[in-house]
Amino acid sequence: MTSVAIPEPKMQTENVSVFYGDKIAIGKVTLDIADRAVTALIGPSGCGKSTYLRSLNRMNDTIDIARVQGKITLDGQDIYGKGVDAVEVRRRVGMVFQKSNPFPKSVFENVAFGLRIAGEKKPAILARRVEESLSGAGLWDEVKDRLDESALGLSGGQQQRLCIARCLAVRPEVILMDEPTSALDPIATARAEELIRELKENYAIVIVTHSMQQAARISDYTAFFYMGELVESGETDQIFTRPRESRTEEYITGRFG
Amino acid sequence: MKNTPKDYVLAGATGLAVLLIVGLLGVLLWEIVAGGAGVISGTFLTQSPSADMTSGGIFPAIYGTVVVTMLMTIAGVPVGIATAIWLSEYAPRHSRLTTIVRIAVNNLAGVPSIVFGLFGLGFFVLFVGGSIDDVVYGPGTPVWGKPSVLWASLTLAVLTLPVVIVTTEEALRTVPQDLRDASLALGATRFQTVFKVVVPNALGGILTGVILAVSRGAGEVAPILFCGAANFLPYLPTDLRDMFMHLGYHIFALATQSPNVDAARPMLFGTVLVLLVLTFSLNLVAVVVRSRARARLRA
Repeated sequence: MTSVAIPEPKMQTENVSVFYGDKIAIGKVTLDIADRAVTALIGPSGCGKSTYLRSLNRMNDTIDIARVQGKITLDGQDIYGKGVDAVEVRRRVGMVFQKSNPFPKSVFENVAFGLRIAGEKKPAILARRVEESLSGAGLWDEVKDRLDESALGLSGGQQQRLCIARCLAVRPEVILMDEPTSALDPIATARAEELIRELKENYAIVIVTHSMQQAARISDYTAFFYMGELVESGETDQIFTRPRESRTEEYITGRFG
Repeated sequence: MKNTPKDYVLAGATGLAVLLIVGLLGVLLWEIVAGGAGVISGTFLTQSPSADMTSGGIFPAIYGTVVVTMLMTIAGVPVGIATAIWLSEYAPRHSRLTTIVRIAVNNLAGVPSIVFGLFGLGFFVLFVGGSIDDVVYGPGTPVWGKPSVLWASLTLAVLTLPVVIVTTEEALRTVPQDLRDASLALGATRFQTVFKVVVPNALGGILTGVILAVSRGAGEVAPILFCGAANFLPYLPTDLRDMFMHLGYHIFALATQSPNVDAARPMLFGTVLVLLVLTFSLNLVAVVVRSRARARLRA
């Protein structure tokens, strides 16, 4: 595996392996996640990129047979360390899923959910944070008159941006995105990509994508996974123009995967 | 597509089956309404039966049924829902313990209700009640260790438990995993996820299951035969340790125990009608609750 060192990484993973029962899903992945930048994870289906992503916010903990080995740090702190609460990790490392999954509640309540469960009760603060988050996700102008309507009435693209707003509301430091645009049409995808480019000004973003063009368009760093291994990682320009590994070159030029 | 002869045979046979069911139900309802509607009156619904059960009313039986059904619900439903939440949200998917609990629940659902009656007599009345008497009162006339409202309600609660567990677990499982993931990823604890996301979204299904279980429990006779239902009791139970009259049991008594079965027949039909109206209205509530919940999820 070859990779480049990233100055002052937000997250670092060192020899991370994830097992489902006896089966190994990813083996010994070492990768740094840059702050205020987009890191794209690419590779064919089943290569372990989603598994890796879910280990960054301890979502694998919710599967009883999953086991994570190795070291994952956030600002230098081991997120799987003794006494570290997975709930706290997930507040700092937010996640947006492949299929938009708004709660069957109003637009407002969807965004306010994370704040309410964290104990925020003051209506003024909730209202301000909801507006701030919806604006941050580029959705405020579209929904400001229908905050009390069901989120399920929004279009697919709006629902996915609502999920991003919901994630922003808890003010995470890192945002993980698992193929966030795979269910969206080209116009909604373009909006979402524009949003991701804006968000990287303030957040470390890790995005799993099946679209090589998308990775090239929006990411600063790219990591190529194949068969549960990290084959190569580096600056996106370098990966796409001068890959060091032949498997990377074959994949990005479309010879397999 | 054109219908083949086979299609006509199948459509005819299935249609006939439907006709048979509807017809049977129609005859049943017609018999009951025709035989029972005439005796329904203010007196019938509010008075006690006469000593030979051929006149008077069935109020003690209505009262007993309502009280026992309510106590059964209070005692059984929370335990059933809690078990379902554990099975669906907390239990490890493939552990031996989970499998054993699941098998136990399914077997419990298949036990004949008369066995629950004997269980209630042996466990609640004789063992639990008897033990309380031994410890508190010593030898003598049983105070707790005899059939009563309390033991009958608890026996019915055990009977309805598997229905509540199975339907609640099914309702919880229809809540998409996506919503649990969304909640957890926002920093919710497992507990918050269960009570703010999973249960609210399954509430319609849970309530439907609960109401159907309660309506089934309200009509059961076998479990309370030995545990507290009385043949004839012109006063109302005022204590958990009193015996009570019950609509289902009263039907049995009118049909077999009355000194003059023929003279008691109108009373019998009237009682059946009241019991049916009670359970049908519970089922109707379940249908309304379910359709409302579905509409909410789709909105």
